[in-house]
Amino acid sequence: MSEEAQDGGRKRSSRQHGLRLVVVVVAMFGFGFALGPIYDALCKVTGINGKTSGMQANAEALPAIDTSRWVTVQFITTVNGGRPWEFRPEVSEVRVHPGQLSTVSFHAKNTEGRDLVAQAVPNVAPWNAAKHLRKTECFCFNNQMFKAGESKEMPVRFMIDPALPADVDVVTLSYTFFDVTESAAHKTAPAKDPQQS
Amino acid sequence: MASHDHAHDHAHGHDDHHHGPAKGLMRWIKTTNHKDLGTLYLCFSFTMFFIGGLMSLVIRAELWHPGLQFVDPEFFNQMTTLHALVMIFGGVMPGFTGLANWMVPMQVGASDMALPRVNNWGFWILPFAFTLLLSTLFMPGGGPAGGWTMYPPLVLQTGEGFPFLIFAIHLMGISSITGAINVVVTILNLRAPGMSLLKMPLFCWTWLITAYLLIATMPVLAGAVTMLLTDKYFGTTFFSAGGGGDPVLFQHVFWFFGHPEVYILILPAFGVVSTIIPTFARKSLFGYDSMVYATASIAFLSFIVWAHHMFTVGMPLAGELFFMFSTMLIAVPTGVKVFNWIATMWRGSMTFETPMLFAIAFVFLFSIGGFSGLMLAIAPVDFQYHDTYFVVAHFHYVLVPGAVFSIIAAVYYWIPKWTGVMYNETWGKIHFWLSAIFINVTFFPQHFSGLAGMQRRVPDYAVQFVDFNMISTIGAFVFFIAQFIFIFNMIGCMARKGQKATDRVWEGAHGLEWTVPSPAPYHTFEDPPLMTDTELTAVHDSGAGYSDHQPPKHA
Repeated sequence: MSEEAQDGGRKRSSRQHGLRLVVVVVAMFGFGFALGPIYDALCKVTGINGKTSGMQANAEALPAIDTSRWVTVQFITTVNGGRPWEFRPEVSEVRVHPGQLSTVSFHAKNTEGRDLVAQAVPNVAPWNAAKHLRKTECFCFNNQMFKAGESKEMPVRFMIDPALPADVDVVTLSYTFFDVTESAAHKTAPAKDPQQS
Repeated sequence: MASHDHAHDHAHGHDDHHHGPAKGLMRWIKTTNHKDLGTLYLCFSFTMFFIGGLMSLVIRAELWHPGLQFVDPEFFNQMTTLHALVMIFGGVMPGFTGLANWMVPMQVGASDMALPRVNNWGFWILPFAFTLLLSTLFMPGGGPAGGWTMYPPLVLQTGEGFPFLIFAIHLMGISSITGAINVVVTILNLRAPGMSLLKMPLFCWTWLITAYLLIATMPVLAGAVTMLLTDKYFGTTFFSAGGGGDPVLFQHVFWFFGHPEVYILILPAFGVVSTIIPTFARKSLFGYDSMVYATASIAFLSFIVWAHHMFTVGMPLAGELFFMFSTMLIAVPTGVKVFNWIATMWRGSMTFETPMLFAIAFVFLFSIGGFSGLMLAIAPVDFQYHDTYFVVAHFHYVLVPGAVFSIIAAVYYWIPKWTGVMYNETWGKIHFWLSAIFINVTFFPQHFSGLAGMQRRVPDYAVQFVDFNMISTIGAFVFFIAQFIFIFNMIGCMARKGQKATDRVWEGAHGLEWTVPSPAPYHTFEDPPLMTDTELTAVHDSGAGYSDHQPPKHA
């Protein structure tokens, strides 16, 4: 083989090798985005990030109540971003038997001078209790609209699954209220003024 | 091959590849020569070390006393954030890429990097990336102040500079990916005939593995920051719980990049130290093969330990245990490396020129950083150490006397080859002792203040930490000033002032780079060198280099 041809061959194989690596780069860029759904799926299966969404219990098919056991369920509320809304549970904790359906109520008030849409995001601690807290009714299932100054009493109907691990006797259910007025407006109508900063 | 040499030179006699460099400024802008680009990368790197160093001095000055004295907290947080980004992406990574540009083609016997034009682009992206990043300081809302890890939702509060931060990171990522692709292709395609992979100098090996880490993880960082950008401006909710996302997801994606990143910052340093220690111990590297396998194991493990950065995020026990034990497992291959370096020095005829001093300091001080890393790996105690100055002390021990010392050692070691002139050894030793002492003065007290509970990224602190912080600040200022000795020493070499260096430069040096004249001609290895000489076998412990020393009896 002449040197020129060898040089040309080397150049070509270098370019091909380089392009193969660019494909890897593009694939890894996609993998970064795929980590989102993977993370969600993993958390849904294992319940490790305390998310309870999508765990509506079927009200007809309730398991037997386990009266031999008491579980304390505590309620915590937070308003994200230091907004001056009122948001608190009517009772700070209840004692229930596993399998027993109970209802608690939360109070929220929009103290700002404008209408807003809020979304409550639930979280359960300890992590291994998350998938055993079943809700048949919750204000967190949907966006909540608040007129300026409006207040609401919002019920949560839940049950602790008797399959709750034996070492758990206190379950904390926390709700964080997020202001989603802007993104809710995006979904229903084209945004008029996306500039908020 | 050799018989072609003469004819080849004639055939290409008029080809501009055989001329020296072009004249003037355009030489540097248009150059595709790996030596020119190596020089540009290194000059850029040291400029960034200077800027990042100034930022660290602002931090240390503010921490001289509790309370607020010089800057307001917002600016303090901009300094901690930008100091990290500038040092990591502007200082250490381009520094190693510069060394790779200079040395990888010369060590594998190639005439240039495999993709020279890409190489030019890769470098010239960087000044623009850092102009974007640093320009945020002058924008409404200031620079990014949420920490270099850019955790949402805090980072989303950055002012007008936010998209500049994101695009700067995209550009830095593209630059390091092009550099990495170039290194991989050069090493795998352009090695001189006869140089099998397990005969390569270890610097090439560690860089090859680093390059793969870069190719695999930098795109993930690009994805993570893109998601931040769309979360802020385009209504997506990847990291916003209000829209069904999860801010913890960002931490997972970020550290999936971030942990391999810390090995990107240290593996080339392992290569440099594995090159320097055998030279001045006048023995071949002990356990060459185990060094290669240890490097590869570290790279593999780096992908399965990321969550040890987020032990306090609320992980299940099984997760904490997995990440704790997999992290501690990294101490095994790292220990292999440290023992190999010590075994290389064992019974060697050691001399202590400046590069060797820095390499030994690397082994010693990097090990201290490794030990504090092991402490941090233990999940239950990490709950106390998390986000304290103990973490700051840990990663500065592995990054400053680790990565930065190795870059300095490499420059001392190879600059006689680059410029043809020896640096001033006396000033080199003064620079070493000032650096080695004052880096410890700076960072060792931070272990204590951290264990006692001083938080990082806060401009104020409780009064009981004042002594440790004053010591730390004094250390930082002296260390910074001492680096100018190095800069002037190197400028002296570049101005060709000093004793002329021989081709071999160091008595015990082995490798193809030492077979070319000093200073290295603008074009080297236009025709691949012959691999029959001892240059290759000498890098192995199985080679002749080891046989004239008695192995230790009790080994």
